[in-house]
Amino acid sequence: MSNMSITEHRPDYEGSRLGMWIFLFTEMLLFAGLFLLYSVFRTRYSPEFHTSSVELSRTAGTVNTIILLTSSLTMALSISVIKSGRRGMSLLFQSLTVSLGILFLVNKYFEWGAKLWHGIYPNSPELLQRGKGKTMFYGLYYLMTGLHGLHVLAGVILLTIMFIMTVNNRINREQYVRLENSGLYWHLVDVVWVYLFPVFYLIN
Amino acid sequence: MNKNNDHTIGFKTYIAIWFCLVVLTAITVTVSGLNMGRYGALASVLIASVKAALVLLFFMHLKYERPFLKLMLLVTICTIAVIIGLTFFDIGVRY
Amino acid sequence: MITGNSFYNAQDKHKGILSWILSTDHKRIGLLYLTAMFSFFFVGVILGLLIRLELIAPGRTIMSAPAYNAVFTVHGVIMIFLFIIPGIPAGLGNFLLPLQIGARDVAFPRLNLMSWWFYVSGAAVILISLFTGGGPPDTGWTFYVPYSIRTGTNVTLAVFGVFLLGISSTLTGLNFVTTIHRLRASGMTWLRMPLFPWALYATGWVQILATPVLALTLLLLIFERVFGLGFFDPAKGGDPLLFEHLFWIYSHPAVYIMILPAMGVVSEIIPVFARRTIFGYRLIVFSSLAIAFVGYLVWGHHMFTSGMSDLSKVVFSFLTFIVAVPSGIKIFNWVSSLYGGSIDMKSPLLYTVAFIFLFSIGGITGLVNSALATNIQVHGTYFIVAHFHYTMFGGTAFAFFAALHFWFPKIFGKMFRERLANTAWFFLFAGFNTLYFPMFILGWQGMPRRYYDYLPQFHTLQVISTIGSWILATGLFIMFYNLISSIFRGEKALSNPWGGVTLEWKTSSPPPVENFEEPPVVTGAPYRFR
Repeated sequence: MSNMSITEHRPDYEGSRLGMWIFLFTEMLLFAGLFLLYSVFRTRYSPEFHTSSVELSRTAGTVNTIILLTSSLTMALSISVIKSGRRGMSLLFQSLTVSLGILFLVNKYFEWGAKLWHGIYPNSPELLQRGKGKTMFYGLYYLMTGLHGLHVLAGVILLTIMFIMTVNNRINREQYVRLENSGLYWHLVDVVWVYLFPVFYLIN
Repeated sequence: MNKNNDHTIGFKTYIAIWFCLVVLTAITVTVSGLNMGRYGALASVLIASVKAALVLLFFMHLKYERPFLKLMLLVTICTIAVIIGLTFFDIGVRY
Repeated sequence: MITGNSFYNAQDKHKGILSWILSTDHKRIGLLYLTAMFSFFFVGVILGLLIRLELIAPGRTIMSAPAYNAVFTVHGVIMIFLFIIPGIPAGLGNFLLPLQIGARDVAFPRLNLMSWWFYVSGAAVILISLFTGGGPPDTGWTFYVPYSIRTGTNVTLAVFGVFLLGISSTLTGLNFVTTIHRLRASGMTWLRMPLFPWALYATGWVQILATPVLALTLLLLIFERVFGLGFFDPAKGGDPLLFEHLFWIYSHPAVYIMILPAMGVVSEIIPVFARRTIFGYRLIVFSSLAIAFVGYLVWGHHMFTSGMSDLSKVVFSFLTFIVAVPSGIKIFNWVSSLYGGSIDMKSPLLYTVAFIFLFSIGGITGLVNSALATNIQVHGTYFIVAHFHYTMFGGTAFAFFAALHFWFPKIFGKMFRERLANTAWFFLFAGFNTLYFPMFILGWQGMPRRYYDYLPQFHTLQVISTIGSWILATGLFIMFYNLISSIFRGEKALSNPWGGVTLEWKTSSPPPVENFEEPPVVTGAPYRFR
């Protein structure tokens, strides 16, 4: 008898989206704590933050910004087309989104790699002898872009699962709330990067 | 009750929003090249906020959500502002 | 043991213990939480008794100084993170929220089960941290830097355990807020919702918007220990005060995660036993939300003697006084609700009245702490210890006990023994005051908290306090004996033994799997007694 009533549970799409939004709020607060830390040390070591920012590759940062913004576009389009039942198109846009996410990570990998090659990583002797301001800047750089990178990685995995579900027709024109929620997450990761980009790469 | 968020935004709108975002990125990179002193930081945060707002409103459909959700987002943003603001009563004076 | 179509007899695809630990039924999950929490509470009580026993005489009594540091740290970590923060919401909230709003379950039942598993994993990690690596952490539950970065004890693992508990708490908040938004019974508008769900709603928002900051703070502490980023180390350019800021940005709102549900419980019990509607329903709702909001503005009052700027001390001190307003509103409303009612002094109300009395003392001494000048005198002394035990134990835990008695018939379908419950109450109340009231005096005289040894002039009061701990433990023993034995041998309870009018009393005791035979329809405000 209880089994019957369980199947009766109607999926509540609006509730499910609300839950996702609330989850995104917790993500916002998590990054807000980091931005708090950033703003404190930027106030304290303003000149050093400027000289450190110049050392980052502005081109790499800009390219990654464009990559993520474009991936947000393809994400939104993949949801838009699944609503009208164009599954092939949606799969195309989903795979584009995943590829762009991976491209972002590859770019990030080379960026980090170059810095590590020069001996700049948290608590490295090279970094410590460059002074307190730079130590804080690079500490924040690794922490914030690292945590953001982990979120991109999680998004890539999530969207890959969504891709498989779309192939299996578990996501379709009737039921696409999972894809929509994954999209919300992906866009939020984009929003975080929109702030990370100027605060690390564009200090003048 | 409408089971899905059926307000579909057209292809053209999405691409227009994406175009705005790319242009704003170009602007913020250019502006940071100018020597604007402390206004430079303000400008880059403002531009970033405009970009974030575009993503939230259109890509994330916030524009078409019910008012309650907008209020929740507002509360979240206020909380963040309060946390950072009150910390600066200490940090801003001590440093 | 229990007959009929109660959820205890539900058919499930799993059998035995698996039908509990893999269940997505909010009632079973609530009971899982209650069982786990009270097991840890028991451990915490034992550790507390050991602390008091050590302090019965100056110098070494039963344990070494490093052992004492570990014992009070673990006592704090267990009581705060494993008992009182999940406390009322995860245990009773899980069981009662869907019943009170007329829903079949919470919005995300599987997520709810996942929260419990996060809770259990976090607890397991903390327990493992006690017996591995450098031994149990000895930093105090606040994990203040720089000591928490330098100590050789197993802080990294313990902090990771607390991180997992934080995830559990956040997900519970998310679940409850969504549940309240989406699953209220038809006809139950926001202002027809009972006050316990309202309290859980306010709590839920604090869990959502504060706990991520704790998660971040703990991650930073782990990173500092593992990678040495240096954010809290002045030698590398960091600032140790930032840790305190981040820690209290969570941990002050967390105080309201602990107390708000307790206030919700009190608002439920009083109308039932005064046979009269609650006084100022809207103001109680408003004050719950106000407390949740103001909770974000006052964290600095934990840091008055830590070297913050003078400006921020004045600002935080001023803001802290504001908290007294919504708390006062609640106290006055409860007392006014009793006034003119036909009071039936059953055990749940007895515990509730003790709550009002003890919480008022805790709250008013809070004002002593929030005033800058007196704070310098009492900061880091036994006065603080007494203050937060009056609010957390005298407040939250007494309300928790009241709620356990109040909803016991609903949860288990049995009645407890009223006389024994009242006897337990007497020991709890007397023991509590004997234990903690002397600490106000000790603190005022200058006895610092967390010290292993003390001057001879503090001896008398320390002895009185230790004797109080034994009386209190006796009370706890009687109470739990009464409740646990009544589960098996109590008289069968009716569906509505107290004459309550909220929705959970309209279904059988214990409720069926789907909570209600027919989806309930609400036609008016709660707490209307004829």
